[in-house]
Amino acid sequence: MGYVLSSEGFSKALHELGGSYRLYAPVRKEGEGRFTDVDVVRYDFVHEAGEIELSTKSDYAFKEILTPLSETLFFFTEQSVKDADKDTSPVIIFVRSCDLHAVKRLDQIYLANGKAEDWFYRRIRDSVRFALIGCSESCENGFCVSMKTNRADEGYMFSVDEDGGKFYVDVKDDEAAKIFAAHAESSQPVTARYVTENDTDVNVPENVPNSIYKSDIWDEYTQRCINCGRCNFVCPTCTCYTMQDVYYTDNGRVGERRRVGASCMVDGYTNVAGGGQYRKTNGERMRFKVLHKVWDFRRRFGYDMCVGCGRCDDVCPEYISFANCVNKLDAAIKEAGNDE
Amino acid sequence: MMSNPYVPFPSEIMKVIPHTKKEYTFRMKFTGDVKPGQFFEVSIPKFGEAPISVSGIGSDFVELTIRRVGRVTDEVFEHYEGQSLLLRGPYGNGFDVSLYEDGEVLVVAGGTGVSPVRGVISALAAMPDAKDKHVIVGFRSPGDMLFHDDLRDWAEKLDLILTVDGAPEGYTGNIGLVTKFIPGVKLRYVEHAQAVVVGPPAMMRFSIMELLKRGFRERNIWVSQERKMCCGLGKCGHCRIGKNYVCLDGPVFNYTESKDMID
Repeated sequence: MGYVLSSEGFSKALHELGGSYRLYAPVRKEGEGRFTDVDVVRYDFVHEAGEIELSTKSDYAFKEILTPLSETLFFFTEQSVKDADKDTSPVIIFVRSCDLHAVKRLDQIYLANGKAEDWFYRRIRDSVRFALIGCSESCENGFCVSMKTNRADEGYMFSVDEDGGKFYVDVKDDEAAKIFAAHAESSQPVTARYVTENDTDVNVPENVPNSIYKSDIWDEYTQRCINCGRCNFVCPTCTCYTMQDVYYTDNGRVGERRRVGASCMVDGYTNVAGGGQYRKTNGERMRFKVLHKVWDFRRRFGYDMCVGCGRCDDVCPEYISFANCVNKLDAAIKEAGNDE
Repeated sequence: MMSNPYVPFPSEIMKVIPHTKKEYTFRMKFTGDVKPGQFFEVSIPKFGEAPISVSGIGSDFVELTIRRVGRVTDEVFEHYEGQSLLLRGPYGNGFDVSLYEDGEVLVVAGGTGVSPVRGVISALAAMPDAKDKHVIVGFRSPGDMLFHDDLRDWAEKLDLILTVDGAPEGYTGNIGLVTKFIPGVKLRYVEHAQAVVVGPPAMMRFSIMELLKRGFRERNIWVSQERKMCCGLGKCGHCRIGKNYVCLDGPVFNYTESKDMID
């Protein structure tokens, strides 16, 4: 079911939806970016349609509601252990196609890797639904077409595209359809907009030989990368975390167990008891990350982890491009193949 | 809703067995299926969790041999018999001891790497053809030796080569890395013999090279990997190597698989 709404109609519809759902959407935070007078677009709860940033890709991914950077799991007092409370009231997350595809990757790890589901992820995941923000043009650095994540045909309640002051929605949920219909100017078939080409094309290698793990293509990243881990923290598909216990009284009797986002680029990720560390150089860490996104994950689950959102390239302070790295990887594999 | 696998259960410390100043074995009350090579997350609320491999198994207990090297393990050492620790697990695949029942076996273990294979070695010692089971155990120095009672017992029942990397003047036992002793092990059918290698990464790498040189088949070599798992459930990511998660697919791997696992 598709509807066309005026700006006012769309606002009213979202306001009504907001009665049953929390709305979690990209919001432009003016002047809160990494540099002076630079904005940042990141996720937050909104109450009005006007608060949602529909035209620009968010700098940080939606995943923070599902896998917060720091999430308290348990509280410890004396001998008792208590699960941390969580707001699990229904929520609609506004995402673009790449991010909607990323949800599948998060689910894969947290719900379907190994026998046990992640209890804390499941608890919030069940209360989450999605709204798809259409893309009228490619974002900078995105390569969703190469990753085949440029289009989402399912998995959302409704889509939203703004064009010439009108809002076009494709609604897949009966309850939402009633609300949109009540505020619509007209009803017509709507397809969420999607891009068919990006400025950046990435050649994902079909097969990665073991020899590439020891290739010198990774060495440049040992020089260039400063292992800040920003690429991991903005990535919609990175799921790693570290357990962290803290106590906050002098007698040490009260405290909590948290999990905090972990980065495979940052020091400490592979530390083991007694001081051992498995990947010391940044080049090795880059290799570990890049191959996970375009090879190792696929070897385990049958599809690539990377969704081509390009946020890692946007955020890197050293101007390292993941997309370039994958292209170099592909070229190195082809070159090695030709030599044989 | 399903039960929460992150919630640990309390387990009583039945016995504490000191080996060295830094390494104690904690005998913890536990009934349930568990195999040598598997591990538990040992939890001290407000301090954290640490993955510790099972070093011994009894009808109503598991033994965890813990080295005092960090925030959690320091705190574990402040616990005594009669008190309890919180555990979750067991996790991981563990060793399939039935593979080693018939024929010749060579276990090469170094340092705390002896812990995860202690159950395997004890099982070998109890087998009728224990004389065909060969074990090379290496420690850094005589003062770093673990499981003294077991070492005596194993020496009686199977072919045990105990060595230290270095020792003070006057030490009469073997001195040298474990790899030095692999060529001398008496094997009749090396192409059928099974091997188990556990220890620090460099020791495992060089031991496997020696085993292959001796003619061991790749498919007959088993290794156990050590990583710092935060979850044990395949979520936290710390133990992933390539497509494998050490906590789910390991820690025990066949060499045909592990040789292609590059950190």
